[in-house]
Amino acid sequence: MPSHQDIQFSKVELARYNRHIIIPEFGLEAQQKLKAAKVLVIGSGGLGSPVLLYLAAAGVGTIGIVDFDRVDDSNLQRQILFGVESVGQPKVEAARRRLEALNPHIEIKVYDTLINSQNALDLIRDYDAVADGTDNFPTRYLVNDACVLLGKPNVYASIFQFEGQVSVFNYRNADGELGPNYRDLYPTPPPPGLVPSCAEGGVLGVLPGIIGSMQASEVIKVITGVGEPLSGRFFIFDALNFETRTFKIKRRDDNPLNGNNPTIKQLIDYEMFCGMKVVERPVKEITVQELIQWQTLGEKFQLIDVREPHEYEAANIGAELIPLATVVDNAGRFAKDVKVVVHCRSGVRSAKAIRELEDKLGFDNLYNLKGGILAYLEFENKQITI
Amino acid sequence: MATVIIPTPLRKFTNNTAKLDIAAGTVEEALLDLSANYPDLKKHLFDEGGHIRTFLNIFIGEDDIRDLQAGKTPLHDNTVVSIVPAIAGGSTDGYH
Repeated sequence: MPSHQDIQFSKVELARYNRHIIIPEFGLEAQQKLKAAKVLVIGSGGLGSPVLLYLAAAGVGTIGIVDFDRVDDSNLQRQILFGVESVGQPKVEAARRRLEALNPHIEIKVYDTLINSQNALDLIRDYDAVADGTDNFPTRYLVNDACVLLGKPNVYASIFQFEGQVSVFNYRNADGELGPNYRDLYPTPPPPGLVPSCAEGGVLGVLPGIIGSMQASEVIKVITGVGEPLSGRFFIFDALNFETRTFKIKRRDDNPLNGNNPTIKQLIDYEMFCGMKVVERPVKEITVQELIQWQTLGEKFQLIDVREPHEYEAANIGAELIPLATVVDNAGRFAKDVKVVVHCRSGVRSAKAIRELEDKLGFDNLYNLKGGILAYLEFENKQITI
Repeated sequence: MATVIIPTPLRKFTNNTAKLDIAAGTVEEALLDLSANYPDLKKHLFDEGGHIRTFLNIFIGEDDIRDLQAGKTPLHDNTVVSIVPAIAGGSTDGYH
């Protein structure tokens, strides 16, 4: 990598970055460091959007974007990189176009791929810093471990509903002291299903804007050495009551990556580590077409919706509402003498409900509605439009 | 009385209460007290062996209880106990 002192700016660039350069603590040198830097942003969704926009605007010389996803209508509530015209396109391509339009003086590299144990080290190796804006536990641990193995700082942020978290992991300060990483903070992931995700629990659209902007700010501090990065500290923000708290975190002797007796020396299977590979026992299913046939024929059955009350209020198909967390307590409301069709949004929660009732209470008359209410509504719409 | 701050993902088990004042001698007693008052919360705070779950961080003021006396860390009047679970973001399963 060329030394940042060799970095030159055109007149146009100097004008563009003027408001940085005139900050006494920042100056031309920090701007040179930004232009010399390579930052990999993993995930270009809610958090990645503000991170990418601000890093591009700030003049980070090389920005890599990893995302395998396509832009969906439901992204636009918070993923401000994208507009209606991007729906259906690869996120990395839509992001590249937006960022190149914002700043033509930087290089954007895109990786339209799923980051995994096979490619993570190669993806991250050429970069100076990583910003983790991913959306699931296996990838959080994967990115953390890859950064620790490669010695790269990992600027971390995460969001749920109204709450956000930020920290800078694996950061070596000017004195050569290494800060904690994600495994020091959270040694093990929660078992699947115990912690709800944003897809189930939702997220306030502006929250990733707030938290992602902080993440971008920390990336800039890590690269330029200006200020004190959020290393060894863990910041949380609750938008609901506007409370912020910053905790102290430390490296742990028992960290399996870089504690006293490291046991993880290469990337592992993170879905296995997070308990995602447990093969779930299949449950009996019925399709929307079969359900409608039952209704038409007047067959006797009970229909139960295990979503949350607010989801039920927004749209329902006349089922009885028994949210997933309460099904065992309300097992008495499930019929035993007729077939019971259980549904949720897409079929995941209702399958969980059925397994729980079968395992704990011996039910054998429960049927999962394949594709959930989404499939039902889609089928009905098709019927109407035909 | 110590004040326990309940994180967003667990508030559905506390009738959406964000802060609870609890008279308890230690962190563990406070969490047991919470579990007694809100039974659905228990499995989110303790594992099957009765240990505080490792994907929960509990801080007293700014400090991680693992740097203090873990569950046995004493609570005083006006101690603020923050429960901070791991959150990952949007996906419901695996890598995507």
